[in-house]
Amino acid sequence: MRKSTLLCAVSLAAALASPAAAQELTIGLSAEPSALDPHYHNLGPNNAMRRHLFESLILQDEKQRLHPGLATSWKPLDDTTWEFKLREGVKFHDGSPFTAKDVVYSVCRIPNVENSPSSFTVYTKGIADMEIKDPHTLIIKTGTPFPLLPVEVSAWGVISATANGVTGDIGFSPEGCTGTGDYPKTEAFNTGAAAIGTGLYKFKEYTRGEKIVFERNGDYWGDKADWATVTFRPITSDGPRVAALLAGDVDMIDKPPLQDLERIKAEGFQIAQGLSNRVIYLHMDQKEEPSPGITGTDKNPFLDVRVRKAVSMAINREAIVDRIMGGIAVPAGELLPPGMFGSSPDAEATPYDPDQAKQLLAEAGYPDGFGLTIGSPNDRYINDAQIAQAVAQMLTRIGITTQVDAVTASTFFKRRNQYEFSMYLAGWGSATGEMSSPLRALIATPDKAKGYGGTNRGRYSSPALDSMIDEALATVDDDKREAVLQEASKLAMSDFAILPLHFEVTPWAFRKGITYAPRTDQYTLALGVKPAS
Amino acid sequence: MLVYLLRRLGQSLFVVVAMAVLVFIGVYAIGNPIDIMISADSDQAEMEAAIARLGLDKPMWEQFFIFVKNALQGDLGRSFVYSSDALGLILSKLPATLELAFLALLFAVFIGVPLGMIAGLRPHSVVGKSIMAGSILGFSLPNFWQGMMLILLFAVIFKVLPSGGRGDTVEVFGIAWSFLTLDGLSHMLLPAINLALFKTSLVIRLARAGTREAALQDYVKFARAKGLSPTRIVLVHIAKNIMIPVVTILGLELGSMIAFAVVTESVFAWPGMGKLLIDSIQLLDRPVVVAYLMLTVFMFIIINFAVDMLYCLLDPRVRLSQVRA
Repeated sequence: MRKSTLLCAVSLAAALASPAAAQELTIGLSAEPSALDPHYHNLGPNNAMRRHLFESLILQDEKQRLHPGLATSWKPLDDTTWEFKLREGVKFHDGSPFTAKDVVYSVCRIPNVENSPSSFTVYTKGIADMEIKDPHTLIIKTGTPFPLLPVEVSAWGVISATANGVTGDIGFSPEGCTGTGDYPKTEAFNTGAAAIGTGLYKFKEYTRGEKIVFERNGDYWGDKADWATVTFRPITSDGPRVAALLAGDVDMIDKPPLQDLERIKAEGFQIAQGLSNRVIYLHMDQKEEPSPGITGTDKNPFLDVRVRKAVSMAINREAIVDRIMGGIAVPAGELLPPGMFGSSPDAEATPYDPDQAKQLLAEAGYPDGFGLTIGSPNDRYINDAQIAQAVAQMLTRIGITTQVDAVTASTFFKRRNQYEFSMYLAGWGSATGEMSSPLRALIATPDKAKGYGGTNRGRYSSPALDSMIDEALATVDDDKREAVLQEASKLAMSDFAILPLHFEVTPWAFRKGITYAPRTDQYTLALGVKPAS
Repeated sequence: MLVYLLRRLGQSLFVVVAMAVLVFIGVYAIGNPIDIMISADSDQAEMEAAIARLGLDKPMWEQFFIFVKNALQGDLGRSFVYSSDALGLILSKLPATLELAFLALLFAVFIGVPLGMIAGLRPHSVVGKSIMAGSILGFSLPNFWQGMMLILLFAVIFKVLPSGGRGDTVEVFGIAWSFLTLDGLSHMLLPAINLALFKTSLVIRLARAGTREAALQDYVKFARAKGLSPTRIVLVHIAKNIMIPVVTILGLELGSMIAFAVVTESVFAWPGMGKLLIDSIQLLDRPVVVAYLMLTVFMFIIINFAVDMLYCLLDPRVRLSQVRA
């Protein structure tokens, strides 16, 4: 009896103590957002941070699948008209109710953010018209059939019209809205004055370079927040970030270096890791002849599909994953990991076969190979320069004498965009989570009007592939679109248009007592950090 | 005197102009900020729009002309990344860097001078030799590694001090200071030690050399003959006389501690100017880098100008020779 009373008291004390101790969460971040303005800078760290304060009509879960957010349902009425039913009873942090007007106001503001380094207009320019049917029903019209509308809607946050001084009605037009008054400045979000969203957390404090503090939004429409306060601390250097975790100064860090994972585990911390949407690939110059980085021949060997296939076969992707990535990556046979929209379950990485690769080279007229320089960044992707080195050695083995030109990211991207490399290593993360993203950006024929081939610096071009992408991007029916995308991807892979190497796996490290669901978009969100039960 | 002053002023102006050209060209020759700052899924149209927004579509000479025009009005540009005034951004980080530099300076003086004097008074003892050996370590161990070891020792293993960040701050005159709170001080301790180690070693060597020299001087012998206690001789007569070179060197070193505490601030995630500089370089935030370097150039020119003026006042020979030349 006495023992059980004591036990009871102890467990009661523990139960009382642990939630209090578990109310605060501190996260060490490898990259700091440049502002808290949800429409200022379309880049990973900003997009991750804004999800705490500002929500979208549609949310992306950790696998980037779409879920109801501020909209409870959405459906296409016809090919160019969509109806969004908005959630009722949602309040902004200042207590004002959320209605369709706030959505229109947000879309109106996006093109009007001053000095935006990377604008969110890429996600709103498909919108031709918006119509408020009633405060909780919104009609969005697109100029052409536009199946990506729900995904793009999930990419920007909704701010409050009322809190920013709008009293009357707003007239929407893609060229410029009426009745919006002056939009809040980015600075107003950073000071907290305009940081009024519907998110699970509210603004508390922001000191650039030092910390971002959020507190629980008690009036949230969904499940209540697990943490009373959340503090994000930017610690951009890897070593100090790991040290901060080991010292107990932070509860969790993102991007722990792969070589430190064993040590972190040995010290009693936990690692969560999950497949990301980022593929590391090799792109080959398929236009210039002669090509700048190729020696020993006046021709451009990569114009011949047999050479591209030989290169792919010469690369031992398993070995790269095992030896260089420490097993923390997955060999890729496509540009999007299995399970995501438009990928094929049966897509296999090209099997390693150096003998056949040599044979193919000989058939293509290069029995003695040729000389090649691979361009690569050395500080952008996980172990990027080492991967390029390994590829160079593997290619040298089949007769393509290969050198690596690895430079810092800022220089690499500039040179790549000036077509200085005959082959380069880079990565692509699919923000929309579907196959149309890498296909359109990396291997569609560059076309400014259609927004195709923005990152196709190998200048691969295939009319057959282009027309399949056209078709997919105009098919509103999800099942049909997925089938077209799968076919398009298969076509590109069989033509060795681009050589996927592996998908990055993203690790997070955190103390015992909490859990984190790994995200394919590599975002670090306090929303996904739960006390372990 | 006036001629000399005007000539020095003219030279200083020339240095500012030359540095502006060099810094601008150097920084603008590297990479393309748009590639780093823009989201990968932006299409060509959005990329061109962003380039135009940042004014990068203009030829370099025109960008330079705009920069000079604005700089003459005291505007050193607007950060690409944060969209705020570059100079204001840098100055907002100044207090954090200043308080760290001054604490490090205190460490260097109050640890370096006594140790140096002990080593100077007992050059052949074990203590004296150990101090000198220690100062060699302080000189030669890489700053970055020292910082990581301090973190490992005090934050990870013993868990007595925080690993980084600034801790609690108190606002005085609208500026946040860490040294006024206990938590803030505990956050300052490790980075200040890290920053001070090199300077302390320097001071030890200066103080030791000075002490050895001073200990043999006539006035010390006289003081001893007069029957003054050894403590008084050391603390008053020797200490006073060795401080001149120490103060001169530390004054100059303070400038570099403020401008280039980059390594320490990165290791300890200390949100000062050095961290801002390194982050801005990585993000190719050109206006901030240019403004930072111009600010540094300006600071050193003013220090040098002041020093020259002081020499001129103190030493008639400089004054006369300069006028004749």
